Formats: sequence, C-alpha cells, structure tokens
Amino acid sequence: MPEKPIQGEKRAFMTGNEVVAWAALAAGAEIMYGYPITPQNEIMHYWTRMVPKYDRRFLQTEDELSAGFTTVGGVLAGKRAFTATAGPGNTLMQEPLSMAEAMRLPVVVVVQQRGGPSTATVIYSQQEVTMTTLGGNGEGLRVVYSTATHQELFDYTIKAFNTAWKYRFPTFVLGDGYQAKMRESLVLYDPQTRGIEMVPTEPYVGKPGLPGTDRPPTHMRNTYNVEEELYEVLEQYLADYAKAAPQIAEYDAFDTEDADLVIVSHGVVSRACKAAVKELREAGYKVGYFRPITLRPLPVDQLRETAGKCKQMMVVESANGQLDRLVKEAIFGSTVEMLSLFKPGVGITSEEVVSRVKEIKG
Amino acid sequence: MSVQPAMPKCWRIESKPHKFCPGCGHGLVLKALGQAIDELGIQDKIVFGCDIGCSLLSWDFFNCDTIQTHHGRTTPVVTGIKRANPDVIAVAYMGDGGGYAIGSQHLVNASARNERITAILVNNTQYGMTGGQMAPTTMPGQKTETSPYGRDPEKTGYPTQGPEMVAAITPEGAYVARGTVANVKQLKGFIKKALENQIAGNGFSFVEALSTCPTNWRTNAEETWNFVEKEMTKYFKVGEIKVPGPREKEGQ
Repeated sequence: MPEKPIQGEKRAFMTGNEVVAWAALAAGAEIMYGYPITPQNEIMHYWTRMVPKYDRRFLQTEDELSAGFTTVGGVLAGKRAFTATAGPGNTLMQEPLSMAEAMRLPVVVVVQQRGGPSTATVIYSQQEVTMTTLGGNGEGLRVVYSTATHQELFDYTIKAFNTAWKYRFPTFVLGDGYQAKMRESLVLYDPQTRGIEMVPTEPYVGKPGLPGTDRPPTHMRNTYNVEEELYEVLEQYLADYAKAAPQIAEYDAFDTEDADLVIVSHGVVSRACKAAVKELREAGYKVGYFRPITLRPLPVDQLRETAGKCKQMMVVESANGQLDRLVKEAIFGSTVEMLSLFKPGVGITSEEVVSRVKEIKG
Repeated sequence: MSVQPAMPKCWRIESKPHKFCPGCGHGLVLKALGQAIDELGIQDKIVFGCDIGCSLLSWDFFNCDTIQTHHGRTTPVVTGIKRANPDVIAVAYMGDGGGYAIGSQHLVNASARNERITAILVNNTQYGMTGGQMAPTTMPGQKTETSPYGRDPEKTGYPTQGPEMVAAITPEGAYVARGTVANVKQLKGFIKKALENQIAGNGFSFVEALSTCPTNWRTNAEETWNFVEKEMTKYFKVGEIKVPGPREKEGQ
C-alpha cells in the first residue's frame, strides 16, 4: 500500500493545474484518461509524474471523445476515474458525458475554460458555461462547480468525486485558464483529517459471481424502443435531480440584505466583484455580492430571494451573457432591473466593476 | 416435434428469440462468440460492449455484463474498462460503420497501442439499422440508399480492408483474422483464439466477420448466400491475417 500523497496538512504555492492533480490524488482517484489541450495540460503532467509513486494509472487517448468514453469505462469498472479538458475538447467531451447522463455514471471532468468560439485563445474565458451546464442532447442532468481560488480548486475537485458517486450524476469542476496557470498559495490536506469521508465506489461490470446464475447480469443501455419507455426513465432521473438539487446547490453572498444593486458573478471574476463591492461599500454605495458556486444546479431559491429584495442586479462575466441567461431563467417573474458587464473571453478587474456601478449610480 | 439447435450456455434465454431480422448474420456471429465463451469457461469474466447500429440489439443477448455504448465508441469504452480492471475479458462488438467510419480513429489507436481487448466487427457492407446506406465496406457497384446507381470507386473509394489495416499497424502480439458467417465453425475458432490472445495478455485481438443483410440487400436466401460467399470474398479474404509471435524475417 503506497503512502498517502498528503500527510495531514501542507501549505503550498503552486499552479491551479498542479492543485487539481494533487486534489485528485488526495481524493483517491485511481485513473485519469486525457488528451492534450491548453490550458489543462499540466494536470496530466503532474498526474503522470505521481502515478507510479502512488499506484495510480493514466491513459493518453487519441482525442477527447476517447478520453471521455474511456473515463466512462473506468467508472463502469468501479474506479474513481476522471479526465480534464478545455474549449474544443469540452465540445467533444459532451458526447461521452451525454452517455454518462443517460446511464447515471459518476464521471468527473475538470474544465479549464479557454476562449471561444472555435480554437479562439488558449488563455482564458467564461464561455463554456452554457456547454458545461447544458451540453449534449439531453436535459443537463449534471453538476457544475465553478471555482474562484486555488483552495477551491482543491476543495471542489475532492468534492466532485463525492457528489458524483453519491448522486450518480456526472460532475464538472469548471475552472479557467487564469486559475490553471497562475500560482497561488493554499493548504493541501488529506480529506480524512478534515472529516471528509470519500463516498465508496462500486463496479457496474466485472462483479463477482456467474451472471444469470449467482447474480443478474449487468445490462446497461441508452437506447429505448418507444417514447414512453424513455419518458419513464427520464421522469425518474428528473425527480432524482430535483430532489438532490437543493442539497447540492452552493453559493456565497454578502451585503445583500440592504443592497439596491447586487452584483452576480461566478468563478475567478467573482474575486474582482468581491473587491469591487467592498470598495463601493466603503464609498457609501449600497451594493451587494452574490456568487453561485454551483452553476448547475443553481441556488435558485437564494437567487430569487435576493432578486426580490434589491432593485437592480448586475451580472458580470467573461462571456456574452451565459451566466446571465441562467440567472434570468432562475428568477423568472422577478421585477428586478437586470444590468450587465460582459467581456467575452477577457478578464475583468475590480476597477472596471467599480466604474460601471458608479456610472449607473452616478 | 422439431428439434431446436442447442444454444450456447452463456446466451440469455429470456431475451430469445433474438431481435435481429430473419436471415441476419448477427445471430450467427453471436453464436460463434457464445460457443467460444462457453468453451473457454469465461462467462463470469466477460464484459461485452455493443455499438449503436444493429449491434445495439445485443445489449441483453448474453448472461454476461453488457454495456451499450455510442455509435463508434465501443472501442474506447471497453478500453477504459480494461485499463481500469485488467482482470475482465473485454469484448467490443460493432458493425462496419461503427468500426471503420465514425469510430475509425479509435480502432486505429487501440490497434497501435495494442490494447488488450478483443474487437469483433460485423461486416455486412452497409448501414443496416438506418436503412441501408453506403458504408466503407460497400462493394464496388453495389447499390445502397446513398449509392443508388452503385458504388463508384472513383468517387467514393474501394471497400475498407479492416483486418489488413489492423494487422499492418499493430505491434507484435496482436491477433487478426477475418471469418464469415458462411463458416461458423471456423469463425468460432478465430474468435476463440482472439479471446485467448487477450487472456494471455499478448495484445489487440481483432476479428472481422463477413455477414449478411437480406433486408437491405433485398436478396432471397440463395442470393444472400451467394453474395456473402462469392461476391464479398472477392475483396475480403477469409483467414488468419496475423498471429502472435515474432515476425518472420525477410527471405525465410
């Protein structure tokens, strides 16, 4: 038995991609399947360096279709399996992830968003929100955590495995190129020392016993003969998802109680918004901060409650309204005035947020 | 009283009679596979992945753990399972469209990596489930729904030589053969050797089976048999193409 990758706690200063590799190790992930694409490559680089020492596995596939489908295979074999991708790779990944949705397979995918559409930039964006939350030919039966710091990349990568295996919905950690490539300090830890129990895994195929004699054979399909047959399955899935959603949904908020204007953002952009709200408050502006941590499912009740109390909501994101659409759907019927600061594929500073609010408020 | 031919022991009786069209070759290929599984006594070790296309109908065919995958994606799913649990005996079952068209990159790369899995590809020269369109394996001059005047090799190429390609790109240890539903005993032997090759951990094992599709060929029994035995074998040579062991040196 190889030693634990992290004994107790350890302060570290490293890139986000390295953090993800350490988190997957600490979470007990057994196998990674991957295909190179910037800006996620170093997740594979660090993982492959640590694989022999901690008795883990890695397969470099021919493309992201294969990376996604081999990860599906790893999960079917009962392993904590994951992959990582970005941009056009995320596009290809939607096909295997729709199979994971159809079969309720706890596949974990780390996405480090890059510019789009197409090859665009290898650097940064928040333009993979729509695809990651609602991609594939299905109903978005998946969980998406949007991280903002390296500590969260570590925390939520570990959590993603547990959410996936507990609820049996594919789960994404949605980072971005800035988080992937910048260095930041954080505390690495062995989940057990924080009281985090890893949800046990179990094989779908290759279980002991003679199928048909000692146990029923595993027969998993994603094709149905008639509409009603599919509908019955989906009704159950949707009911399971609706029941799990309030347990899964997470958010962070402050200064919303008496705010006239609440700034809504996610991921790394929320750091600029947090600083902006603090600065504006000090300058006497009645502004608040709301950040969904789960983009799918969204913290719908808290969003609606916030929208019900303030006069204006301003959605700030490095995309042309991808979060905005999700928020508007969640608060449908609210009379709150919706404002925006969209910079698709470009980073947003606190100064920009402050000046936009001052422009609005005069 | 009619006497029913014996079914392989690993077949699932609850899902019989099977769902393939009358005259379809899938049942014969799956019979050969079933017999090979029985003879090797590996029913409890098999993980069977089936593609989309007519092969999807085999999702509950065996009393073996079975995963229905996506069109063209059975090779990577089964690869992922085998990599995560090398104790299983992994079989990827697909048609010629799934293997040679939409999933060809997976077949090529699984071959090049010498994945320790067994792929069985049923070649019936067209897309059966979608209604008989031209496939990579469609014969020159053969009429299909998307080559209504016959396949023109000048415009659409010649039939894919799958096993020959796999034999050319696999490292040593791979097993490659082409059988036919016109000779089930021989086909069973090839499949058995392919499974044994995986069990021995030698390398990738690939068996193409020439098969029949009277529904889309619009042929009667005699024409069907004539096509698979006489026409298809003009392009698709039946036999073992690559067996494990060191390559023979030039001139020996």
